[in-house]
Amino acid sequence: MPNNSSESIASHAEPRRSEAGMLASVTRWRRKIGEPIIELCIRLSGILVVVFVFLIFLFLLRDSLSLFRQYPLRRFLFGTAWLPISEPPQFGVVPLLLGSIYVTLGAIVICVPLGVGSAMFIAEVAPKHLKNVLKSLVEILASIPSVVLGFLGIIWLAPVLRNTFHLSTGMCGLTGSLLLAFMALPTIISISEDALISVPRTYREAAFGLGATRWQTLWRIVLPSASSGILAAVMLGIGRVVGETMVVLMVTGNAPVIPRSLLQPLRTLTATIAGEMGETVGGSDHYYALFAVGLVLFAITFTINLVADLFLRRARK
Amino acid sequence: MVSEPVIKTVHLDCFFGAHQVLRNINLEIPANEILGIIGPANSGKTTFLRALNRLNYLHRTYSQSGEILLDGRDIRQISDNLLRKKIGIIFALPQVLPVSILDNVAYGPKVHGVTNKETLARTVEEALKRAYLWEEVKDRLQEPAVRLSGGQQQRLCIARTLAVGPQVILYDEPCSGLDPISTAKVEDAMQQLKADYTQILVTNNTKQASRVSERCAFFLMGELVEIGPTHDLFTYPQDKRTDDYITGRFG
Repeated sequence: MPNNSSESIASHAEPRRSEAGMLASVTRWRRKIGEPIIELCIRLSGILVVVFVFLIFLFLLRDSLSLFRQYPLRRFLFGTAWLPISEPPQFGVVPLLLGSIYVTLGAIVICVPLGVGSAMFIAEVAPKHLKNVLKSLVEILASIPSVVLGFLGIIWLAPVLRNTFHLSTGMCGLTGSLLLAFMALPTIISISEDALISVPRTYREAAFGLGATRWQTLWRIVLPSASSGILAAVMLGIGRVVGETMVVLMVTGNAPVIPRSLLQPLRTLTATIAGEMGETVGGSDHYYALFAVGLVLFAITFTINLVADLFLRRARK
Repeated sequence: MVSEPVIKTVHLDCFFGAHQVLRNINLEIPANEILGIIGPANSGKTTFLRALNRLNYLHRTYSQSGEILLDGRDIRQISDNLLRKKIGIIFALPQVLPVSILDNVAYGPKVHGVTNKETLARTVEEALKRAYLWEEVKDRLQEPAVRLSGGQQQRLCIARTLAVGPQVILYDEPCSGLDPISTAKVEDAMQQLKADYTQILVTNNTKQASRVSERCAFFLMGELVEIGPTHDLFTYPQDKRTDDYITGRFG
């Protein structure tokens, strides 16, 4: 292919060269020197991205391994207590991992139906002007800084939850789940909406032509056709939820214990790193333990993004 | 034409926004007729077809005035779903759904409330047979319908429409994407369906209209220029514009 195209370009350029020598030499210079340079730059930037990701991974791995030289990997992965400053310290990641999983699952249960529902409304039901308003509102929603949401969570949501469920504190997993769901909504809505809109118009017409109602068309035809895209949207939303730090640090109560329910204070992987990093001595076991937590987090988000990517690729087919 | 027409339009005007696409169309279509509608692009053929089962209303800017009667009853008195069940449509490009062959045909009856598996299976088989597709697909009903060839897909769409139990079938240039052999098969299916259905065929292919239809209507720029028995229309057109079109002077 590349051979062919360069040949055809050359044959097009042939007569021009004889007509205007100056122009031709410029064109030739561009093709001989300019284009390879541009190509090189593009290639370099592509490679750099890969290199960065790889370096981050290596860095995390190196510092995590420093921990495992002092502290057995098995006790890190399966330890049920995170007591980094007791004597001797315990670095069991299980409470943090469960904290992350609880908060994330809670957020998913809330934001997936809400997000997909909103996407369906925007893509299929809303009249045009309302659609535009809603789409820009969703974008605005995405641009609210997480610390602002966290602040609202502390001063407004947490007291409401405390009074509703008669808790000793409103700073618990549920507060985090609710706010995180809110944060994942824009991602889920806009990507699901794209998936719904890209369902061919012909499917709808075929269904309407057979006398299907709007709801039957949406439920039986449009939604299944868009399912891969919607799943990808959900996975990306989850990725966002798992990685989010500020909100959970502010509102989940920061108790690194194994949670029994979402109504208890708990702590996620992200909040642990952010909260403790400032208090550790560089090069201590605690310091390296936080890197190990980071590695666990990296593995989780990497897997989620990979799965989302697989779904998106299937959706494009 | 002694019998009551199945479809009758009275002073039908159709608009997309401010643009008038059809002007004062008065037509009567008796039962079991195959009516051909010919005319150059943008003459309003497709709009006419889609006005009959109100598919035009999927466009937000669409409006129409005048009356369309189905069996003497104004179609505004019939719900969209029931109307489209009674007046099925076959589109220019086969619009198969991304499910199996079986589910494509079963989809129509399902949306109209048929849930019994045996009834569905019988309906599907019957419809596929009538669309001349059964022999080709009976051993691969669970395969995705998109694997069928273009001609098979179009006959699958016909089967899908038949499975709903329509009274009238509309064809919107059903063979524009098909090779001659597939076209012939679709035309055969139409001839076989004549006994039980009223059919309206919009086509850009005047030869197809002359092969298949009994009466033929010529549309030009939103007007019904001429309608008559196909043989007469093609041999002694009454209007000069019809003559120009069918002899290939324009369009």
